[in-house]
Amino acid sequence: MRYAPGSLLTVDGLPAMEVASILALTDRLETMDPKAKSTLLSGRRVALLFYESSTRTRTSFELAAKSLGATTTLVSDKSSSIEKGESLKDTGLTLRALGAECIILRHNAGGAPMLLARMTGLPVLNAGDGMHQHPSQALLDLRTMIRRLGVATRGGPGEWLRGRTVVITGDIRHSRVARSNAMLLPRLGAKVILCGPEALLPEEARCLDVEISRDFDQALDGADVAMMLRIQRERLEGLEIDLNEYSARYQMNADRLAQGKPGLVVMHPGPMIRGLEITGDVADGPSSAIEEQVAHGLAVRAALLVRALGVSA
Amino acid sequence: MLIKGGTVVDPASGVDGLFDVLVRDGRVAAVEGPGVLDRVEVSETFDATGMTVAPGFVDVHVHLREPGQTYKETIATGTAAAAAGGFTTVVAMPNTVPVNDSTASLAWMLDPERGAKVHLYAMPAVTLGSMGEHLTDFESLARAGAVGFTDDGKPVLEDHVMQAALLCAGRLGLPISQHAEDTRLTGGCSMNAGTVAFKLGLRGMTVEAESRIVERDIRLVREIAKVDGVRAHLHVQHVSTAKALEAIRRAKEDGLHVTCEAAPHHFTLTDEAVGDFDTHAKMNPPLRAENDRQAVIAGLLDGTVDCIATDHAPHAAHEKEVEFERAPNGITGLETALGLALKVLGREHGMPVRRVLELMSQNPAAIVNLAGRGTLGVGAVADVVVFDAGREWTFDGSKALSKSRNTPFDEVAMIGRVVGTICAGRVVYRG
Ligand SMILES: [Zn+2]
Repeated sequence: MRYAPGSLLTVDGLPAMEVASILALTDRLETMDPKAKSTLLSGRRVALLFYESSTRTRTSFELAAKSLGATTTLVSDKSSSIEKGESLKDTGLTLRALGAECIILRHNAGGAPMLLARMTGLPVLNAGDGMHQHPSQALLDLRTMIRRLGVATRGGPGEWLRGRTVVITGDIRHSRVARSNAMLLPRLGAKVILCGPEALLPEEARCLDVEISRDFDQALDGADVAMMLRIQRERLEGLEIDLNEYSARYQMNADRLAQGKPGLVVMHPGPMIRGLEITGDVADGPSSAIEEQVAHGLAVRAALLVRALGVSA
Repeated sequence: MLIKGGTVVDPASGVDGLFDVLVRDGRVAAVEGPGVLDRVEVSETFDATGMTVAPGFVDVHVHLREPGQTYKETIATGTAAAAAGGFTTVVAMPNTVPVNDSTASLAWMLDPERGAKVHLYAMPAVTLGSMGEHLTDFESLARAGAVGFTDDGKPVLEDHVMQAALLCAGRLGLPISQHAEDTRLTGGCSMNAGTVAFKLGLRGMTVEAESRIVERDIRLVREIAKVDGVRAHLHVQHVSTAKALEAIRRAKEDGLHVTCEAAPHHFTLTDEAVGDFDTHAKMNPPLRAENDRQAVIAGLLDGTVDCIATDHAPHAAHEKEVEFERAPNGITGLETALGLALKVLGREHGMPVRRVLELMSQNPAAIVNLAGRGTLGVGAVADVVVFDAGREWTFDGSKALSKSRNTPFDEVAMIGRVVGTICAGRVVYRG
């Protein structure tokens, strides 16, 4: 095996049964006796290696590890040898030599988690790599959908989201969150529609098991979930995007929400730009599952850590 | 020396059959049927029974990293790898440190002191420092042994610079060898554009980034013929797309002096080989989609592609063990070229051995105007490769003679194994 068991580098090829088992572990941890839970990973060492700044993912992994009793250490670009240009390989080997048993990596280059996992042999959890993947986000999004839609998770996971439609709208081209969800959700039976202008959603996206739409209103018709993505201004250079026009065509606002199916769940991985891809009233309104996403993030990441360190719970 | 008992295949002289080859003073002295030369007194006999005996291979595109990056490769190690691959002549690219853009650096490179194991030639830079602005001194460089000019690794982007280069080199009868990439379209790109790049979240190079430059260069060759009456020679390096090949095909039909090369990795692999960000599948031009790979194969079969060139590009392990987007482009290729050509082109696509040899010896020798090379005709320089054309073997990167190991073909099955390489009558490799 090339990667240590317990690694989570991508959702591409992640079997539905494996997804089900991670979510089942999340459920078990949630209902576990708090005292037992708080020592589950005691004495275990987890390193957070963050080459890119992040509030919610980093804090959520860190709190998850601490809630299980693990010792964490944060290495980030502003405070360490990685700023001086030490290679990812050498940084990984140093962390391993210092006793890290698992590394959580956020990196601005796609594939960095695979490299780190190959070089160290340690279980690596991908906390977002370039424009590639953000697997823990996809899992927390899935759990949020399951809860909000009241999906029964008894049968085969391949049927869990059968008959459900998820519309992912926005800057798909640059979004690791979109990529991860678009690869994961069809495996659970969902119909996924990717939506956005061609500059942000290239035709190549058809290689995934998804539909593509350029018309948000049409895509929303009958949808169960509308997942909005942040417009990554920093990555738009060279692309012809008129932000006013973008908002007019693709923004989630009260009008569109009212047009949608009753019970339509609105999601956003954050950070949001209120007034651009989503209006504040919708983000704060009852259809929004944005805060729950954050809570599920903590729960799912606890499970990923337990799984990575090979502890049975 | 008498090379005895083999099947001699020499496309240039039309020889194909059981012959013995007599070598005297570094030249082919006689090629005769079995037994005819038995009574000639020779110091050494090379037993080639059951083997194919052919002109030594010529690679018009290798990176030897000397001067400046000898931790990757040296002229001595790179040419040793060449010999192991059956090559008896290699043409070194100028992107060394410093860039080979002067007669002094050219002379230094070609100096026997460097320890080349096979014939070494070089293409100095088209522009000073390969910066794309000012032409190097073509005339002096030609007198000092340049066999063409290239800014490989970079395109000559400016129209007027390329125009002047083609005209100037054309007057000297030398090719401008172009790395066809419109770098204005490939900023931040690290692989082929398409579904694989989309899935991996990597920025992709479009096929147009290659074809646009090829089309532009062909237009310039055409204009130079019309306006200046000069038959300029454009050589397109490592062509990788159907679109560029189509442009080259049309240019040839129109009688323009346009030639091109294809690299073994481009006819063997597709962008799927990037897998989970394998930097050994990172090169430039990038591995393309299957339709482009098939187009390269079709071009090799129908003659649109003139020769196979390896673009041997050694890099140290630590340089490739980095994030995909940061890794340098290129793979080693000298020791796997024949094995891949006979497997993919020969076995999978029915190309006769004779045609493979044309692509690896006769044609590349012609592109860089090496008269008396790429053939076993009597009087030719005795550059010979002896190989077992049917032998299946597995390439072992750890045993490679190149200083670097950056290859996607480690432990890959190949067909056709070099058992001996003879350069100017001297055995330089024995497998
Ligand atoms: Zn090149």
